[in-house]
Amino acid sequence: MTSEQDSGVDTTKLAAKALPAKRELTTKPRFSDKVFRAVVTSGGLSSLAILGLILIFLSYQGYSVLRSQGFGFITRSEWVVVTDELGNIDYSQTHFGIAAMLIGTLLCSALAVVIALPIAVLSALFLTFYAPPSIKKIMVAVIDLMAAFPSVLFGLWGLFVLMPSAEYWAKLLHKYLGWIPIFDMKAPVFTRSPFIAGVVLAIMIIPIITSISREIFAQTPLDRIQAAYALGATRWAMIRTVVIPYGRSGVVGGAMLGLGRAMGETVAVYTVLNIVYQINWQMLLGAGGNVASLILLKFGEAGPGEVKALMAAGLVLFLLTLLVNTTANLIVKGTGGKGR
Amino acid sequence: MSTTPLAVKPQKPWQATPRQRVTSAVVYLSSVFLTVAIVALTPLAGKLAYFFLFFAVLIVVDFIVHYIRLGSAAAKDSIVRTLVAAGITVALLPIISILLTVFNRGRRGIHWGLFTHDMKINSVNDPITQGGLLHALTGTAIVVLIALIISLPIGLLTAVYLTEIKGRFTRPIKFLVQAMSGVPSIVAGLFILSAVVYPLTKSLNGFVGSLSLVILMIPTIARTAEEVLLLIPGDLREAGVALGGTQWRTVAMVVVPAARSGLMTAVILGIARVAGETAPIILLTGGGDAVNLNPFSGPMGSLPFYIWKSFAVGTEESITRAWAAILVLLVIVFFLFITARVLGERKRK
Repeated sequence: MTSEQDSGVDTTKLAAKALPAKRELTTKPRFSDKVFRAVVTSGGLSSLAILGLILIFLSYQGYSVLRSQGFGFITRSEWVVVTDELGNIDYSQTHFGIAAMLIGTLLCSALAVVIALPIAVLSALFLTFYAPPSIKKIMVAVIDLMAAFPSVLFGLWGLFVLMPSAEYWAKLLHKYLGWIPIFDMKAPVFTRSPFIAGVVLAIMIIPIITSISREIFAQTPLDRIQAAYALGATRWAMIRTVVIPYGRSGVVGGAMLGLGRAMGETVAVYTVLNIVYQINWQMLLGAGGNVASLILLKFGEAGPGEVKALMAAGLVLFLLTLLVNTTANLIVKGTGGKGR
Repeated sequence: MSTTPLAVKPQKPWQATPRQRVTSAVVYLSSVFLTVAIVALTPLAGKLAYFFLFFAVLIVVDFIVHYIRLGSAAAKDSIVRTLVAAGITVALLPIISILLTVFNRGRRGIHWGLFTHDMKINSVNDPITQGGLLHALTGTAIVVLIALIISLPIGLLTAVYLTEIKGRFTRPIKFLVQAMSGVPSIVAGLFILSAVVYPLTKSLNGFVGSLSLVILMIPTIARTAEEVLLLIPGDLREAGVALGGTQWRTVAMVVVPAARSGLMTAVILGIARVAGETAPIILLTGGGDAVNLNPFSGPMGSLPFYIWKSFAVGTEESITRAWAAILVLLVIVFFLFITARVLGERKRK
């Protein structure tokens, strides 16, 4: 009180001196925030830039080959490189065609999805609705770890451990189901077939499809699950009437993401597959094709002209996986919000 | 009017009664017995036959028991229960097989010299006790570290954009990051080849290898970091702004530090994603045999390249070398993975 009275003479003047000028209230962003937003936005758009640059550079490098080969690049199967004395490519006799490789890629990855999808969905159902919490935690960790295994490991394991067993399975399939065209074969060569590559790819994509399906099943609205149980449903009846209708499209999307991964896989397929420049639908026969493996196979010995053809093949593979992944993401995203 | 307290015995109605336990034990034992009997009596043979028959017989026996005791709905339920158990078994078998294979085959090639020698004076065909992985380990460490230094800021900025700025590009960027995570690794390698090696450097080295790994690493880091930043409560952001902080200060001094351990998880998962990446490394790093600490010149060895090269030679010694290197790589990945899990667990508590 006293101090106030002492200085009370010129309070208003003093106050005016001591206090800074009243600040302007504004919602305008500061300069630092403008910089921040600009930097963060440009960082965020870098993914667009990278994808765009991939498209531009691969197209630029592959353009000459795509122009000289036209649609033959994806409809023919020969890969013949003829060069003159100086090492330049003689385009009149050279043929680059990746039809066999494209069909091989589709065959292997489709087979992988066909094998992996039921196993992954059943595993996801087990982990979400059947497993006791303690076991569930360990199993989820193990399956996630498997997704992080290097692909070269799958390749070597596939070649040394899986191949003998898979060959035996292939022989059984041929013996009992040989009347189906895709299980038929011209010559009894069972090693390094698209079937074996498909099995290896299936093992590689099981963790991916399992974890996506598991996430989607776990999002099933709890009230619907409880409603089904309250109506006296068994666990299977609940899954059939609630979980599967809710998660179906998400699981399809997960399978397509797996398909995209299988299409782009290089080293594992290269290790277990015998590459032949001929369209082959007989998946048990040891002769297949794969775009990514072709690139790895030819790159070491390729001259500048052939590298351009490999760039064009890479462009086709990039567009194919982009298409599959985009479709898959649209499907998965469509499920997430529904019914919540 | 005092109520006498009832002596309530704790009950667990969800637990199996002794009778149910005996029934299921009988079901399993009889399935095993029947499987063995069928394999012995018919021409079917082999592990595959045992495996499939066991589950088939189990389904049938379980179905019959449930049908008699509880009716058709319970019987159908029992089929599905056996099927999902079979599914997870099939999913886990390869993992167990892979881990056992790597351990058994790689063990023979492990010795201390691996971590102190490179392959400058040895060929992969030399006895397994000579030479080592030093060049591959240093190479992988350098290549992955450079990739991390480039992709961490980009991935983090992307995550910050998606969670803090939420501008009009949010949906397209989310979409593009997803699309980027599907880029095949060999395409990433070809892209760096066409965009950097041919026009600019004209030679293969560790740095261009790192650049290709950046493309594969950004989506992993961005998506994990986004999930982590979403977990940071909005209260913290509001408190930061209420104290007079600009958005920049709030994000940099409050939100990101709060998410530190989660961001470490993002970094570790990013490293685990690219550490074993082989295809672009084969295309780009040149794969030297001596320790090379300069990423900008000369070929650089790395674990995946060493595995690939040793495997391609195909002699007994070289393949043992490949398995030993895989074991080392797997131990590294495993260690990174466990660290990420532990950090992630702590975050959620």
